[in-house]
Amino acid sequence: MPEAKEGSSAAVNRTAVERRSDRELVVTRTFDAPAHLVFEAWSKAELFQRWWVPESAGLALLSCDMDVRTGGTYRLVFRHPMSDQPMAFFGTYREVTPNERIVWTNEESDEGAVTTVTFEENAGKTLVTLHELYPTKAALDEALAGSAEALPEQFAQLDELLAGGS
Amino acid sequence: MVHYQARLDTTFAALSDVTRRGVLEQLAGSDASITDLAQRFRMTLTGMKKHVGVLERAGLVTTEKVGRVRTCKLGPRRLEEEAAWIERHRQLWSARFDALDEIVEDLKRKEKANARSKRR
Repeated sequence: MPEAKEGSSAAVNRTAVERRSDRELVVTRTFDAPAHLVFEAWSKAELFQRWWVPESAGLALLSCDMDVRTGGTYRLVFRHPMSDQPMAFFGTYREVTPNERIVWTNEESDEGAVTTVTFEENAGKTLVTLHELYPTKAALDEALAGSAEALPEQFAQLDELLAGGS
Repeated sequence: MVHYQARLDTTFAALSDVTRRGVLEQLAGSDASITDLAQRFRMTLTGMKKHVGVLERAGLVTTEKVGRVRTCKLGPRRLEEEAAWIERHRQLWSARFDALDEIVEDLKRKEKANARSKRR
C-alpha cells in the first residue's frame, strides 16, 4: 500500500534533536495518538523491544526485562557479532507517572545518563520530549560516537520494517 | 583517534555557550567585526573578544585584523562536521521513533477495533 505509507504520520512528523548544553541532549517528536498508547509502547517490554533496538541481522536482543514503576528496574541484554560477551544495559526507574512521565537511570557505567521522557497530549496527539542528562561532557560525546556507529544497522532494519510492515 | 577526540572536546566546549552559538549563526549570515558582535549581543568588547577567542581556538572562527578593525568569519568546514554529528544522532532517534510510530498506530487501530466490538 504505497498510498498509505506516503500519508503515514511517520513521514509527516519530524524528529528534532538538540544539544542543549555540553551535558544535555533533547529529542522531540509528535505522535498522532493519545498519550496512554505512547506510554503503553514505552512501558510494556514486548512492545518496547520492537522499536527501541530495532532487531537486525547484526544485533540480537537476548532479553528485555522492564518493571516500569517508580523504583523498578530494567535490564536489556544484546549480542553483537563483533563481541563474544553479551552486552547488558540496566538501570532504575526513578519516577514513573503513568501516561505522563518516566525518569530512568543508566547504570552499566559511571558515565550513564539520566533520561526523562514526558508525554503531553493535545487534541489526540502526543508530544514526546526526551531529555538526556550526562554526568560529564565527555560521556555525552562518547554516547554520540557510539550511537553513530550503530546507525547503518538501524537504517537497514527500518527499511525492512517499513517495506514489510505496510 | 585520540587527537580527533580532543579536537571534538574543544569544539563542543566552544559550542556549549548560547552566545557563541549565536555568534556562529550570525557569522553564517555575514562576516562581522568584534565591535558589531559585541553590540548585537549586548556585551562588552572584552567579553566578546573572549568568546571569539574560544571559537577561534576551536577552529570554528577565523579573524583578520585590517587597520583597527578585527573581522570575524566562519572557520572552514568545521561547523559542518559538528552539524553532521548531530545529524547522525537525529537519524538514530528518527529511526527509533519511526518504528515507535508504527507500533503506536497499531495500538490505536486495535483500541478502535476493541471499542467497536464492545459496542456490538
